[in-house]
Amino acid sequence: MDYYLSVATFAGLNVILALSLNLISGFCGQVSLGHAAFYGLGAYAAALCSVAGLPMGVSVAVGMLVAGGFGIVTGFAALRVREDFLAIVTMGVGFLFLGAVRKQAWLGAEMGIAKIPSPLDKWGYAALAIGGAVAVLLLSLHVRRSWMGRAFGAVAQDEDAARSIGVDVSGYKIAAFFIGTAAAGLAGGIYAHMTQLVVPDAFNFVQSVTILAMVVVGGIGSTLGVVAGAVLLTLMPEMFRFINDYKLLVYGGLLLLVMRFSPEGLAGLVHRVTGRRLA
Amino acid sequence: MFYLELLLVGLVWGCTYAMMALGLTLVYGLLRILHVAQATVFTLGAYVGLLVANHTGSLAGAFVAAALAAGLLGPLVYRFIYRPILDKPPFVALVASIGLLIAMEDGFRLLFGPYGLSFAKNTWFTTAVGFGGLSLNLVQVWIAVAAVVLLSLFALFATRTRAGVAWRATVSDPSIAESFGVGVSGVRHTSFFIASVLAGVAGVLVGLLNNLVEPGMGSVISYKGLAIIVLGGLGNVPGTLLASLLLGVVESFGTVYLGKLLDRDAIAFLFLILVLMIRPQGLLGKAR
Repeated sequence: MDYYLSVATFAGLNVILALSLNLISGFCGQVSLGHAAFYGLGAYAAALCSVAGLPMGVSVAVGMLVAGGFGIVTGFAALRVREDFLAIVTMGVGFLFLGAVRKQAWLGAEMGIAKIPSPLDKWGYAALAIGGAVAVLLLSLHVRRSWMGRAFGAVAQDEDAARSIGVDVSGYKIAAFFIGTAAAGLAGGIYAHMTQLVVPDAFNFVQSVTILAMVVVGGIGSTLGVVAGAVLLTLMPEMFRFINDYKLLVYGGLLLLVMRFSPEGLAGLVHRVTGRRLA
Repeated sequence: MFYLELLLVGLVWGCTYAMMALGLTLVYGLLRILHVAQATVFTLGAYVGLLVANHTGSLAGAFVAAALAAGLLGPLVYRFIYRPILDKPPFVALVASIGLLIAMEDGFRLLFGPYGLSFAKNTWFTTAVGFGGLSLNLVQVWIAVAAVVLLSLFALFATRTRAGVAWRATVSDPSIAESFGVGVSGVRHTSFFIASVLAGVAGVLVGLLNNLVEPGMGSVISYKGLAIIVLGGLGNVPGTLLASLLLGVVESFGTVYLGKLLDRDAIAFLFLILVLMIRPQGLLGKAR
């Protein structure tokens, strides 16, 4: 039972991460290759608070705020550089986070932070992660239909045209980064308390690419597709021993094949087969 | 003296970056693709070079074999992966490229083992060369020589040969170049070939420099290559060369002065982010 609960918890966390990246890259069109950094920021901030004796709820909230705060800073970078430039800058943000954490003694350097208090049991974390995933899912569906979602879409399609009809491009970009990175921080806070240990390597470039793989395999921009992609990529390595041993080979191969043959991912396949667009 | 040595070590690193980044900028200039999978070509070159060197004992043979293997792989990547998705949004090719890179990293691990291989006889590595009080090993000298020779050959190619002119015409406007009888497809394959040969040779040189060839050796240098071409102004060749050398030097001084706060990769990317915030178009790029 414990095993299934931890798989369910990770599925929930991955859904949160993938949906939050989808909000930035799918809805608002700002490609980010450093999403794991915000996951890590949330995890480290929550871990520090918890170790200092704050209750878990407060720690996770602080983690969200710290991740979201740095997200806003990254959003400002997105005002200066676009597209390919932005992709490289966000990749740089990821390396910068990792390189900074590795060298800080007060963050435990390579060893990370251990012995984080863990107030919940396995059931509690599974409920929390899945609850968080459902909340972010509902938020995504709502944003997509709201005024903000349409503005995101306009920014994604053509920034200059959006600006010319009076859309506050800068404001919406920063909003997308704030919401997306704060949600990643939530996943980080839950992760830190559940595993009771955070180390820099859990938030490296490969982790960023893994989150991106979930978004892309599901179908970038499609909320339900991304949920399916995240759940699928979480379960696959668990179901097939081979995949667990060669995770990178499979994830990388999947990214390559999906981009090469069906760039719209699972959502695109559904659209082609049934003629209906997923939300 | 210490500063001079740091400067020299930084410039040598800058030369390896330049050999990687020139190829990346060629590809970007032609196709607007961030060719991350160049790292796969680089690592393949290193492994082929190492195997040939260890079996035949000939370093010259190793370089030729590496250049050929890499030069074959690059155009294949273009032909079978990039060409069918050229009309898609830019992130599609970028993500496909990242996918190929991380899949092949595992692929190399399966083929050659996770721990990396060393050269059986690496005399360049153990030979020290003195330069008026400064000391370098022979690999570092050869890296500088190789970079200068290869990049000069490239400059001659681009400015003095018909193929070079066709290449520059295609960079500035593919459809007009095509209407003047330039075979755009041939130009693209040639560019991937040149980029890959440079990467393959750089792979062997970096393998010799560290006396280690391992599956992940290409990834960080390739990410930095991307940082460099962005820094130089995307698609801008002189900017790329300047940025390569600058980044090598910034890293070598940075690890001494900021080493307690940030690691080497973080210093490189911090520099990139700072420069881009001040000059979003890169060092020598034109404002858009």
